Amino acid sequence: MSDLMAARWQMGTSLGFHIIFAALGIGLPLMMVFAEGLYLRTGNQTWLALARRWSKAFAILFAVGAVSGTILSFELGLLWPRFMEYAGGIFGMPFSLEGFAFFIEAIFLGIYLYGWDKLTPRAHWLAGIPVAISGALSGIFVVAANAWMNSPAGFDIVDGEPVNIDPVAAMFNDAWFQQALHMTLAAYTSTAFCLAGIYAFGYLRGRRDAYHTSALKLAVTFGLVLSISQALSGDLSARWVAENQPVKFAALEGQFETETRAGLTIGGWPNPETRKTNWGIEIPGLLSFLAGHSLETEVRGLNDFPMEDQPDPRPVHLGFQTMVGMGFAMILGSLWIVVTTWRRKRFEPSPWQLRALVALTPAGFIAIEAGWVVTEVGRQPWIIHEVMRTEDGVTEVPGQFAAFGGFTILYVLLTVVLVWLLLRLGRTPPPIDEPVPYRTASPAGSEAGHAVG
Amino acid sequence: MPWDDVVFDLTFVHGIILLTGVVLYAALGGADFGGGIWDMFASGPRAEQQRQEIARAIGPIWEANHVWLIFVVVLTFTIYPPVFAAISSALYIPLSLILVGITLRGGAFVFRAYASDVAPARRGLSRVFAAASVITPLLLGMCAGAVATGDIRVVDGKVTSSLWTTWLSPFPIVIGLLALTVCAYLAAVYLCVETSGDLQEDFRTRALIAGAVFTALSVAAFPLTRSQAPVIWDGMMDREIVTIVPLAILTAAASGIAVLRRRFRLARITAVAWVAMIIVGWAVAQYPYLVVPDLTITNSAASRAMLVVALWTYVIGALVLIPALWYLFALFKGKNPAATGAYGASTGEMHVGEEHSV
Repeated sequence: MSDLMAARWQMGTSLGFHIIFAALGIGLPLMMVFAEGLYLRTGNQTWLALARRWSKAFAILFAVGAVSGTILSFELGLLWPRFMEYAGGIFGMPFSLEGFAFFIEAIFLGIYLYGWDKLTPRAHWLAGIPVAISGALSGIFVVAANAWMNSPAGFDIVDGEPVNIDPVAAMFNDAWFQQALHMTLAAYTSTAFCLAGIYAFGYLRGRRDAYHTSALKLAVTFGLVLSISQALSGDLSARWVAENQPVKFAALEGQFETETRAGLTIGGWPNPETRKTNWGIEIPGLLSFLAGHSLETEVRGLNDFPMEDQPDPRPVHLGFQTMVGMGFAMILGSLWIVVTTWRRKRFEPSPWQLRALVALTPAGFIAIEAGWVVTEVGRQPWIIHEVMRTEDGVTEVPGQFAAFGGFTILYVLLTVVLVWLLLRLGRTPPPIDEPVPYRTASPAGSEAGHAVG
Repeated sequence: MPWDDVVFDLTFVHGIILLTGVVLYAALGGADFGGGIWDMFASGPRAEQQRQEIARAIGPIWEANHVWLIFVVVLTFTIYPPVFAAISSALYIPLSLILVGITLRGGAFVFRAYASDVAPARRGLSRVFAAASVITPLLLGMCAGAVATGDIRVVDGKVTSSLWTTWLSPFPIVIGLLALTVCAYLAAVYLCVETSGDLQEDFRTRALIAGAVFTALSVAAFPLTRSQAPVIWDGMMDREIVTIVPLAILTAAASGIAVLRRRFRLARITAVAWVAMIIVGWAVAQYPYLVVPDLTITNSAASRAMLVVALWTYVIGALVLIPALWYLFALFKGKNPAATGAYGASTGEMHVGEEHSV
């Protein structure tokens, strides 16, 4: 393996590891705050128990997210020093903002997790809100930086050097909105389906109590709304890519020929040698429609571009198929349950519906990983789209394969221990009958009294 | 001032912000590492209590404290991109090891809390937490030392120095050991403030040990600085730093005496001042270099537009951050959780220390 490939694999592995925790770091606080808010409104202990359980899981996930995010911030320089030397002074602003968002998230998470007995119920709930907001903002800022790599803006190139730098224009580049929207929705969706699957599993095991029912209802409702929104946001992203990164669009579709009324290939395996995508099912005209909402939209194929400027279409096409497939599976799975519940006027998911939810537990995360393969591998051979090639950004330090191996072992170790601990946490009984954890001798006595009662 | 000088001034302002980030990371994040060091050296009849106290003290705050490191990294690559590139390349090996250390420290610390009822797992994770807490600040100190020696050379944008000898040489190693003892001292002093009785005495003894080791090491560091980091040495000898060295010694002495006399809140304030003096003094001596001898705060600075935008970002960010941080520390560090402590009360500590209210 060349040093360039090893560096790319190390970056990809680090991102792929971190992004699970990043997504949960965006999604779980929202669920947590929502559940605690429902408790404060209704006084129903089940919601409090769920908020406490989720905060416990979140504490451990956030810690892993924080350290794996640290690895990434250093790896930008360790693996891509030439890239950072060129780009740091242009697209650094969203990273700076992300730093502050991360600060706020870490501070209020500390308050939320360790402050139960120091705060009144309302103050505790309020401390959760900045965690949810800054978690989402962190993600948006980082994605805005990534969007700049897809859609570089805010500078001119004179004699190979970037000049006339405008960091604000760089941050609000043309791709930031669709990418940030798509990633934020992905984080919420994957969290909702992850929770739905966990509580559906409990349901299948006969634990049809209020705790599991409340969690399941909340997660499936969120899941349906979010996965449908995600399909709409995906449409926005697809059209953006079709227009601005036609090579990536062709690769993700496995489209080699330029044509109008281009068909959408479902499945299939692109062969870069024969320049054909084999064994796929083609839906006539649909690709043109997706690219420009018209059958007459011309879709440019990979053959239109120089070989040295295009990515390997195989992982990109596979990633795209996987992402879209998971997306539709999540929509259908949650729609099925919501429709039957609505028709029967009561929540009584059948075993097959529950099994479907269990099967969809990792669907959101698989879709996220696949989506990042599409956007990152699909951007190759560029590290900055049409500005800098990945091979020109990589470190000159030799022995990259050893570093890749070392960090991979580290991630495997972390994953093993983490999964063990989360499974243990899942097996402990839910904290329903435990005493209310809030500070009781509160100066705002009426507030505390209301929540306890 | 002529407008041409504005870029210079902004690079200086950002240099001060960077320095502030480093000082805060050392004073806050450093103490969290120090907690892990004393977890490793927990001993005597109260070893387990010491460990619990350390975990209680750093639990709510270590993640927020850790963000100062991210702050420093992001500021470096945004404002001084060539510095980030050069350090990342030249110190690739210790920085990678630091990342492993940071990951294992944080991971093991949190995992341990969830596995507290499984004895072998708890012990194993405890060891990982402690070992990573020792190795990481040692390596961070070594990297800081390496940057000052002048061994990292950047020629036409390419780093030409050795991947090993830049950080594996006497001066960086001594700086690493100094960093380690600073972390240990800070943690022990902070823990004195948050404990009482025998446990407080345990941490007091540890603070005194760390202080003594630091003093011995710093004596050894002087001749090494002269031979291995001449830029720092010259800076120390002939700049305004002449006032900072005595201040550092003075605050160090004040903190040590405060520990001896069990005035722990005073010891904590002077310890923070001392760490700040060491780092500011170093920065003044190294000025204007960020990586000696090729990269300075002016020749490595990003464009003026970035310097302006980033400054606004930091100002607005600070307006949000400072009250939030204040609230965090007021909530968890405002009152001594062991407020009934015999030593605190007998020396009048309780009257000194009630400046925060929840």
